Amino acid sequence: MFAERVGHLALQQLDAAGRWALFGTRAIRHVGAGGALGARLARAIFELGVRCVPVIVIVSAFAGLVLGLQGHYVLSRFGASGMLGTLVSLSLCRELGPVLAALMIAGQAGTALAAELGIQRSTEQIDAIELLDICPEGFLAGARMLSSLFVFPALTSLFVIVGIAGGWLSGCVLMPQDPDAYWAAVHFAIKSRDVFECLLKAGVFGLLTTALCAYQGFYAHRSGEVGARAVGVATVRGIVLSSIAILVADYLITALLL
Amino acid sequence: MTPLPSDKPPILEVRHLRKSFAERAVLADVDFDVPTGAVVSILGRSGTGKSVLLKCIIGLLETDGGHVLYKGESLKLPEVRSQLRQSSSYVFQQNALFDSATVFENVLLPLRARGKGTRKEWEVKVRKVLARMELEESSGLYPAELSGGMQKRLAVARALVTEPELVFFDEPTAGLDPLRRNAVFSMVCELQRERGFTAILVTHDVQEALVVSSRILWLDAGRVRFNGEAASFEASQEPELREFRDNIEALRATLEKSRSRHSPTL
Repeated sequence: MFAERVGHLALQQLDAAGRWALFGTRAIRHVGAGGALGARLARAIFELGVRCVPVIVIVSAFAGLVLGLQGHYVLSRFGASGMLGTLVSLSLCRELGPVLAALMIAGQAGTALAAELGIQRSTEQIDAIELLDICPEGFLAGARMLSSLFVFPALTSLFVIVGIAGGWLSGCVLMPQDPDAYWAAVHFAIKSRDVFECLLKAGVFGLLTTALCAYQGFYAHRSGEVGARAVGVATVRGIVLSSIAILVADYLITALLL
Repeated sequence: MTPLPSDKPPILEVRHLRKSFAERAVLADVDFDVPTGAVVSILGRSGTGKSVLLKCIIGLLETDGGHVLYKGESLKLPEVRSQLRQSSSYVFQQNALFDSATVFENVLLPLRARGKGTRKEWEVKVRKVLARMELEESSGLYPAELSGGMQKRLAVARALVTEPELVFFDEPTAGLDPLRRNAVFSMVCELQRERGFTAILVTHDVQEALVVSSRILWLDAGRVRFNGEAASFEASQEPELREFRDNIEALRATLEKSRSRHSPTL
């Protein structure tokens, strides 16, 4: 009985994974469905990118400020205060920047995407698109997924830059660190492979987040709930699964590239 | 009443269609033809599977058995299904308007999706159909800013802008007060006469069906219990059919009486 249940659950998860993969493939393959791709891309960049700039700036500034303070405190204990720039820049570029930026964008734009598609599903708008012989996955999710490949790396870069500036503010202005040593350490610490890893992670997280949130909204009616409750469930699942996927993918990419 | 065209082959043939939800059989062996150019009304009580039938025909719901032929070819073939979708339109019961698009964009999308013609030609067509539906001045508004009757007219405009040969109407006047209902209904009738498209109309309203239909289907307990001309439907003395007809008419009269006490503007 127990084995049967586990087997059933495993099959359900495999089925969902298969559906998700098909959804993502169809969305990218039919990205031009329904026309006006340029306008849809511009709108997606605005929604995913421009609207998330304030939250990215605030979170990255405070992440940098905290890193600067903690770094100063810890490194001073070992007589290595000159390494503050290295610590802040590498932590942000290789790890904190891509992960925190992706989590922030998932929280703001990913949930909005899941809710929007969930409502479109419950009001039969997706059925109406399908009946116009337009691939609904491509029309509704394709442009968002494509734009995430540009938006996530761009916002992650912004996160890293603002974070490094935050580290300078707390380490060198509020604390007695040498600013020249800080910037020199930043300059020498970041190599092109660190930037590559940072941008690669951001692109992968972007694709995962938009595909997962869009999928949850698109299939909100299969959540076991109906109407507004189904939209709520889709939104919650979108953000939870995106967060998990970001952290799992982060580990896998780090392990592969080290 | 629209005359029944007899010289053309049926545009749709529904054969032994079955559909269940969980253990409940909603459609059990539904079988009928839709003659080209005809207006076929599907009548029945709530929950008898009228909307489910439309959705099974157009492919929004998977069937459990049976098949539908479009111009003699099975709709199970993706290319035939695509052909049907390219040449037909669907008016949803709840309109299913694109809420983040303006009135103009809602009507433009079907033309853009088909991709035939230039942007200028599409715009001319959209303006024409919006003027016909008396929505010209609302073209920049969003669906949420329209009244119920205007939303319904917009749904009809979106369905007719591509000049389809087959239109599915899923309770096009449901939820409207008598004034709005009559306005929307007479527009649909007029357009059908002008353009001659084949229409499948799901409705509760016997009078509405009798006025417009060349053929009436009465669906009861998932089966077609009557399939014939409107006059025969009206004249039928079959006890269950008579009971349905009389009950619906009595309910309609009561509703109209209570609604007319406070009928809002169109």
